[in-house]
Amino acid sequence: MRKKHLVLGAAVAAFVGAPFAVPSAQAQESVYVPLFTYRTGPFAGSGIPIANGMSDYLNMLTERDGGIGGAKLIVEECETGYDTKKGVECYESVKGKKPVLTNPYSTGITLQLIPTAAVDKIPVLSMAYGLSASADGNLFPWVFNPPATYWDGASVFVKYAAQKEGGFDKLKGKKLGLVHLDAPYGKEPIPLLEALAKEYGFELKLYPVPASEMQNQSSLWLNVRRDRPDWIYLQGWGAMNPTAVKEAAKINFPMNRLVGVWWSGGDDDARPAGDGAKGYSSLDFHAVGTDFPVIKDIQKYVVDKGKSQVQKEKVGENLYNRGVVNSMLIAEAIRTAQQITGKKAVTGEDVRRGLEQLNISDARLKEMGATGFVSPIRTSCTDHNGHHKVYVAEWNGQKWVKASDWMEPMKDKVRPLIEAAAKAYAESNTGWPKRTEPCDKSS
Amino acid sequence: MLYREAGQFKTNYTADMAVFPILQDRIGIAVILGIAAIIIPLFGNDFLLQAVMTPFLVFSLATIGLNLLTGYTGLLSLGSAGFMGVGAYACYKLSTIFPGVNIIVWIIASGFVAAAVGVLFGLPSLRIKGFYLAVATLAAQFFLSWCFIRVPWLFNYNVSGAIEVPTRTLFGVPITGPNAAPVTRYLIVLAIVVAMTWLASNLLRGRFGRMWMAVRDMDIAAELIGIKLLQTKLLAFAVSSFYCGVAGAMMVFLWYGGAEAEVFSINQSFTILFMVIIGGLGSLIGSFFGAALIYILPIILRIVPAELGMPLHAATVEHLTFIIVGALIIIFLIVEPHGLARLWQIGKQKLRVWPFPY
Repeated sequence: MRKKHLVLGAAVAAFVGAPFAVPSAQAQESVYVPLFTYRTGPFAGSGIPIANGMSDYLNMLTERDGGIGGAKLIVEECETGYDTKKGVECYESVKGKKPVLTNPYSTGITLQLIPTAAVDKIPVLSMAYGLSASADGNLFPWVFNPPATYWDGASVFVKYAAQKEGGFDKLKGKKLGLVHLDAPYGKEPIPLLEALAKEYGFELKLYPVPASEMQNQSSLWLNVRRDRPDWIYLQGWGAMNPTAVKEAAKINFPMNRLVGVWWSGGDDDARPAGDGAKGYSSLDFHAVGTDFPVIKDIQKYVVDKGKSQVQKEKVGENLYNRGVVNSMLIAEAIRTAQQITGKKAVTGEDVRRGLEQLNISDARLKEMGATGFVSPIRTSCTDHNGHHKVYVAEWNGQKWVKASDWMEPMKDKVRPLIEAAAKAYAESNTGWPKRTEPCDKSS
Repeated sequence: MLYREAGQFKTNYTADMAVFPILQDRIGIAVILGIAAIIIPLFGNDFLLQAVMTPFLVFSLATIGLNLLTGYTGLLSLGSAGFMGVGAYACYKLSTIFPGVNIIVWIIASGFVAAAVGVLFGLPSLRIKGFYLAVATLAAQFFLSWCFIRVPWLFNYNVSGAIEVPTRTLFGVPITGPNAAPVTRYLIVLAIVVAMTWLASNLLRGRFGRMWMAVRDMDIAAELIGIKLLQTKLLAFAVSSFYCGVAGAMMVFLWYGGAEAEVFSINQSFTILFMVIIGGLGSLIGSFFGAALIYILPIILRIVPAELGMPLHAATVEHLTFIIVGALIIIFLIVEPHGLARLWQIGKQKLRVWPFPY
């Protein structure tokens, strides 16, 4: 009797202990890509379409091409719930499996991973989020945030406003408001907008939304009504976005003068406000819809075969396509790394070089079946971002439609800020390592 | 059978008053310490050390801190995350202003800063009790969270508004920052937690602990027998905040390696309060049980389906974990409303009288 118990106890102990023991070696010729996603928690509304887009594109590559460049793709999702604690736990649990890169998908988790990336030799791809300063490749050789930073976004917003007003000189004396989440993410555009306010003579009004008050913004919008800003830029996330759009509609704010950053442009951010949201605009760095060969392939190989968690009609929505772009960057980085090193099973160090030499040209986009889906993306050793073009999309009540041309950010204004911020970061972290990674010659 | 104190005679008062009067308990605690200090560092992988044990110990310490206040002195507080934040930000400021001083000194010193802030916010406790005090401490929580976002001096005017942990060494070995090995960090956390638990257990068995418990059981009676309420309550706030502050500093410096203000939000306060309640109010070992149940159990539950090879999606596993943990908490509280510590007590008593229960 007791022996039986002992055996049972030992079995349970071995079973529970197994995951904590040293990991087994990986299969040959495969590349392990962990995806940090959040399909639960308060931000799940934005997290689910992104997660679907990311895994569907990589699964499509597996189904259609058998992987990338002959290497098998092992994709694994780890649920973070947008919680830094769980994100760090995810990172620790995947670290042993030699991931080629990580996608933290949360500013909080990104900040944790930035210092460890160089030590563990696992590059961080934070696509258009995270620390803007990490665009400086000299100080952050292991962190990448293409295709544009929040400062690029804010500069395009000012440019767009100037265009609609009829020139930069018309901005003088105008009021531009920033409705932002009162957290590092939301406060990011402030220094750039302040600099531009000084230069073009417009007045900047700040409307911070505390994280606990995301769904209760009525008093803030009363202030907006009192101040009557001419333009509003919205830097929000999760439940804050639909609330802001609804409140703006309620006070009859002219919706085509409310412009959101790309993370405020989910279909479900605009839809709840009904007809009132018509005209609400949002920056975007990729196209919406399914009229691209690459999305058709995803539908054909993954969604129609029931290998995806996505609802069929949600394929092609804004945030779904963003997930696809994220995975395109992952896949292209791996492909570039394979070209540079000539081996199939690339490591984190190789993929870092791949990310640095990323060159998704028009010709390459055509091969991928994504002409017009994103603007060509290119990075370099010093510039880990590229500061690429974005456009303004407008909600027509049903879906997002393109409302402007692809617009170049004010790189000359953004870049000095980035270099200063990167320097400040390195200085405040005494002993921040100097870049030792050599720079590959660009092809 | 094994767990029986028959034949263990106490011949002096010291032996009789010992923390662990029974030989088996002393052996047990030695075995646990041995496993924690030798077996786990030797055989555990980084995941176990960095994502399971270190956080568990940090939460245990914070839970002990809140337990001193809520469990032993009877003052309900919802500000523990705020006090943890004070510890973390104080440690960050101190270590960036005086980089030459050893970081462990600053981790302990930041506890004193948290204690000072705790005393300040403990002042209302003299006049209000129960739910009203909870609301007053809630104000502390919101005020401190606000400071962490709005006072740029606290995070050295960092653009991202976050604090990042610089590399610091002890005897030439990096113990904080990205280069610190998980095993070093774990051992330091373990040493601090063991030392402070020992301190707490002695404090509770001494004059202060008895004063706190007297206040908890009936403050008017305590006042009548000559306990000064103001000093006693403020001291409880100070010691509790000290523990929370050290836990917060360890959380950022030895576990996260960097943090934004969001980490010390009200949710964190609730998590710690739940750990106290489920572990058992007024019990040190219960603090460890509570932290283990709330922090480690979900991790184990998340691993189970993958180990069994069940093809479940990450999100489904997460939902299942929520359901199971929630159900377990309810079951535990129905079985024993006084928390896991009481369950442990009953188990020990049953063992002592086995096989002839009465």
